[in-house]
Amino acid sequence: MTEKTVLNATHRALGARMVDFGGWDMPINYGSQIEEHHVVRRDAGMFDVSHMTVIDLHGTRAREFLRHLLANSVDKLKVQGKALYSCMLNEQGGVIDDLIVYFFDEQHFRLVVNASTREKDLAWIELQAKAFGVEVKERPDFAMIAVQGPNARDKVMGLLHEVDRERIRKLGKFAAAAAQGPHGMPLFIARTGYTGEDGFEIIVPEEHTVALWEALAAAGVAPAGLGARDTLRLEAGMNLYGQDMDETVSPWEANLGWTIALDEGRDFIGRKVLEAQKADGVKRVMVGLVLDEKGVLRHGQKVLTANGEGEILSGSFAPTLNKAVAFARIPAGEPGDVRVDIRGREVPVRLVKYPFVRDGKACEGI
Amino acid sequence: MSEIPGDLKFLKSHEWARVEDNGLVRVGISDHAQSALGDLVYVELPEIGASVQAGNGAAVVESVKAASDIYSPVSGEVVEVNEALADKPETINEDAYGDGWIFVVRISNRDELNELLDADAYAEVIENEDH
Repeated sequence: MTEKTVLNATHRALGARMVDFGGWDMPINYGSQIEEHHVVRRDAGMFDVSHMTVIDLHGTRAREFLRHLLANSVDKLKVQGKALYSCMLNEQGGVIDDLIVYFFDEQHFRLVVNASTREKDLAWIELQAKAFGVEVKERPDFAMIAVQGPNARDKVMGLLHEVDRERIRKLGKFAAAAAQGPHGMPLFIARTGYTGEDGFEIIVPEEHTVALWEALAAAGVAPAGLGARDTLRLEAGMNLYGQDMDETVSPWEANLGWTIALDEGRDFIGRKVLEAQKADGVKRVMVGLVLDEKGVLRHGQKVLTANGEGEILSGSFAPTLNKAVAFARIPAGEPGDVRVDIRGREVPVRLVKYPFVRDGKACEGI
Repeated sequence: MSEIPGDLKFLKSHEWARVEDNGLVRVGISDHAQSALGDLVYVELPEIGASVQAGNGAAVVESVKAASDIYSPVSGEVVEVNEALADKPETINEDAYGDGWIFVVRISNRDELNELLDADAYAEVIENEDH
């Protein structure tokens, strides 16, 4: 049974090419994926991300629960509305999912987790929450629209109630606040995203979603499909769950070390394994690759290094760079000349530090 | 969806073949195929002089999404390739039945042409695919 977001008919009316995406009928593009990519880098585009799972956590021990559940430290969230990116690990230190947690108040936090992992995430969170008496409540009554690009915030601002504009304009990165949208609809606006551009991710009650989408379109925000979302996040150096990491991969092996907080006295799930891995070093590392000649790097292609074989994780043609880039997981150590096997041909690639693109421009050395 | 030119013959896998006045066979992919693949970013052309077999891979087109083998509709020798696609692969998206041709084959067995679908039969194939 394929699930549909509340914007399904809107996408179809716009002539979107629809695909099955983790059990959801979603728009891959509305014509040209490359043009949609460029409009987000240069102006403003919007994505229906209502397939993502919103979970509210209520209870007096909610913070204590999140200290235990997440590899990043929820104690970094001190101010109402602040958000934090974190991995949720199993006992072996493998990544169950990556997510964003928002701080409402000491009794109420909100998680946004991936669509493809919804069921196992809910089961895991509910299992862990019992000991803390925390209520886990999925919010299918919400939809979500990501508005991204250098002009995204300005275009959203014009739709907000006057009394909210100044406050939302001042919203810092990775912070969120409530505001009134068109016709007074209640919005939860977060200055977050998955494209490497500035912008908002807006959580909106389902019944107002179509009206918000139409108001954004009227304000000059172009619809963009999940195809463009994927090339944008790859250029921005952001991991995709299931492709770049999963339960067999530790955050150290997925370049997510920056999200691990080994703060004093916090006993989070997977911590022991992560500490041992940190002490011993991991056998595999995640790197960025650039292909300077013609061709496209793809998921699953073999990567050849001086220390043995690795594999391409996310790989694609990068529209901003006009060449192919990829993440790869390769054996640790000095890799020597790195090559990728493309249909039996060994093609030299460059190992680079990523992100590949930030704020509309190629990063240095790409 | 643009009209399917009546002078073309097709494989079910969406390649077209056009027999030209000089008897050579020009090959490309259908408008339906380019639309399904999305923006093309790279075309791996066959070598001139290469021999190709009907129904076997002869070229590769890569869209942002995926790489796809292009099967030759007929057997023979490749006598011309569309070099312009090296810099402008999107020509296939823009004009799949015209400037977006991929290679030209000197056919070795003309009987193979009878095994290809005509435009109406191909239209039926893509119609059924959409359901």
